Amino acid sequence: MWIYDKKLEYPVKIKNCNPKMAKYIITQYGGPDGELAASLRYLSQRFSMPTEEARSILNDIGTEELAHLEIVGTMVHQLTKGVPADVLEKNGLGAYYADHDHAIYPISAAGNPWTAEYIQSKGDPIADLYEDLAAEQKARATYENLINLADDPDVIEPLKFLRAREIVHFQRFGEALRIVEDKLAQKKFFITKPEFLKKRE
Amino acid sequence: MDENREKLLREVMAADFTLIDLNLYLDTHPTDQRAILLFITSAQRAKMLRDQYERLYGPLTVMSSGMGCPWPWIQSPWPWEKTSL
Repeated sequence: MWIYDKKLEYPVKIKNCNPKMAKYIITQYGGPDGELAASLRYLSQRFSMPTEEARSILNDIGTEELAHLEIVGTMVHQLTKGVPADVLEKNGLGAYYADHDHAIYPISAAGNPWTAEYIQSKGDPIADLYEDLAAEQKARATYENLINLADDPDVIEPLKFLRAREIVHFQRFGEALRIVEDKLAQKKFFITKPEFLKKRE
Repeated sequence: MDENREKLLREVMAADFTLIDLNLYLDTHPTDQRAILLFITSAQRAKMLRDQYERLYGPLTVMSSGMGCPWPWIQSPWPWEKTSL
């Protein structure tokens, strides 16, 4: 379960609206390498992890990604709050406004709605952890692209924080992968014949 | 939000973030005694700041909402609002 904490993980206080930047940043809300995908990926994969370390790191990073989803949603909200429809339209958000007004909806920068096809949950811990390592790198690269597109320090600082967290998560997933590989490499002694051998007979 | 409240809230946020990051480290280094000790002292500091903030400005979690009518939990600002900092 989760308990809501009435604060962000990192402060967001954007003074100047910028609907064009909001259109790009929303990709980390509902895009292919965004925080919603990250969170659901890890929180789904944790059920089939074989060690205490791997279970806990997926649980806790999956939880932190929910806090990042909130930070990104807050940024989009503050960048577009009170911006009139015609200004949104001029900045590429006319179609978004038609469907969602000033609400926050999980789509990519190109406007594709979020889909579970962005994530995998394989039941194979090595496959899952390699996906997680790749996901963190893709998210880091996306944040770097967003930083390159931004010019307002109020926007850049939270993006820099989120980028740095991707690097820490990558490091932790790498450690979890090593721990899981060590465990899987251990000699196994079967008391009874495992199911997959029975099926082969 | 007034200056003192914002300052204290930012201190609570920073103290809690220390715990979030240390916990991720401990997930994959569960026998690092130095890190465990650091977590314990950081957790004490975070709790002290949180208690101080909640006493002055209201609940951060519904568990610490306390008694009050109207229900203190629903009072703004929520974290995504521009006025929350």
